[in-house]
Amino acid sequence: MTLSRETRVLTAAQLSALTVPPPTPTGETRHFWDACAEGRFELQHCPGCDRWVFYPRALCPHCWGQDLQWREASGRATVRSFTVVHKPGHPGWADAAPYVVAILSLAEGPTMLSVLRDVAPADVAVGLPVRISFTTVGEYALPTAAPAGGPR
Amino acid sequence: MSRGTGAPRGTIVGVGELEPVRRTEGVTTMGLLGRAARLAVEDAGIGKDEIDGLLMGPQVGETPQHVPAMLSEYLGLQPRTANVVDLGGATGPGMLWRAAAAIDAGMAEVVLCLVGNHRNPVPPRSPNRNPIREFDVPFGASGANTSYAFLKTAHMDRYGTTDADFARIAAVSRANAQHNPHAIFHGTPATVQDVLDSPFIAEPLHLLEIVMPVAGATAAVVVSPERAAAMDLPHAPVHLLGAGEKLTHRAMSQSPSLTSGPLKPSMEQAYAQAGITPAELDVLSVYDCYTVMAAITLEDAGVCGPGEFAQWMQGRDLSHTGPVAYNPHGGQLGCGQADLAGGMSHAIEAVHQLRGTAHGRQAADPHLALVTGNGATMSEAVALVLGTQEAAR
Repeated sequence: MTLSRETRVLTAAQLSALTVPPPTPTGETRHFWDACAEGRFELQHCPGCDRWVFYPRALCPHCWGQDLQWREASGRATVRSFTVVHKPGHPGWADAAPYVVAILSLAEGPTMLSVLRDVAPADVAVGLPVRISFTTVGEYALPTAAPAGGPR
Repeated sequence: MSRGTGAPRGTIVGVGELEPVRRTEGVTTMGLLGRAARLAVEDAGIGKDEIDGLLMGPQVGETPQHVPAMLSEYLGLQPRTANVVDLGGATGPGMLWRAAAAIDAGMAEVVLCLVGNHRNPVPPRSPNRNPIREFDVPFGASGANTSYAFLKTAHMDRYGTTDADFARIAAVSRANAQHNPHAIFHGTPATVQDVLDSPFIAEPLHLLEIVMPVAGATAAVVVSPERAAAMDLPHAPVHLLGAGEKLTHRAMSQSPSLTSGPLKPSMEQAYAQAGITPAELDVLSVYDCYTVMAAITLEDAGVCGPGEFAQWMQGRDLSHTGPVAYNPHGGQLGCGQADLAGGMSHAIEAVHQLRGTAHGRQAADPHLALVTGNGATMSEAVALVLGTQEAAR
């Protein structure tokens, strides 16, 4: 089920031109952002219960195991839900509106929020397969998502 | 609590609510809370110095720590117990069962519950440094609108619900607000078409499906059922018959479900404590920060089946004259959302309905009311079953 009539496509170049609030890494999350900067989408994996974890934590939220390991993830995901933001909550995003943010179900299990690019809002539906890659915004490489079949 | 099924766990003997206003200038939150406190104490027919327990919301603004001591000092109270309750929009209902529990534990006898907030110019931007700030905000998802839009999208996708189905909730709220002179939208009804014609904020959410922020404050006085029976009360007592509370996540991106929330187990527990079924409810005073939140709550409440809120609403009188009164004061969609006090406003409306003081919008002889509170992004939930003396066992 598609939802929106908006046809404007947000590109990586438009995203990179934004001045918006950057991530605020902590000691627990710094590795995630460093890996993104090097083009790797790494998540924590718990050897104790064999489950993946996002966002990064000091211990596994499923079994409280403390041996979480960083592992490269597939970058494959589907859209769990989405919204087309017309009036952004932060003024820095005004130039990008209307744009799509989505809750993604990562192939490894966890859910994650990201912005969708290279797709018209009118072509987005729940269940859409997407692929994560990196877009430089400010000083960070943000893991953003686009349709798995390439631009449409 | 040790009390049996359906027995009163605590009794609300006084309530106070300031008229909501869009903006304030130069007021303090503690000042607003003090005015609401005075109303509640007058309403209960008691003196301020009878209060020996104090519960408050987190946003007394002026002071980030030691809030209980600061507010007690400001109000000239010396309570035997005091706490901040921090459950977002579920804070107000969350205070009411905590007040009853504190009384049952012998920690206090008369507990004053206060929640409110000013809207002075230029509120500071959030100083948050948490996972939402780190992993949601940098991707363009600031504020609650995007989060609740995800819920509406998921409901439409899963159940085939339409934009007009959700717009009906906003239109009903505006219609009910026409019977409440304090509602911010009193004198401003809105049709389903008006809602659909209002601009998208976070599509599929339209502007008129989102609460209007206002300033205000609310207060309630809770005592034990035994003390209430011994008091010379100006109004009929309203008993807390059951309560439930549940927290499942903070960020919507981490929510275990997008079509059902933590209110479901909260309401089930509240019904069980009260020994009732949802079919027995006369008043639904349910948290409606967004149309979709009210829709999910009706379904989670068991008032209708999953995905069936629109069919349930179809052709039904949802005002105070109907078989079940749905947010007869207009809800927050009709009254405005006085920050965290918006959550307490649902409890206050239920009190008015049950004791027969809902002037101009009084339902016919109601005995049982459901009150819900919802915090953050369907994250923190509190459900209460309130009842009249006749409804208590």
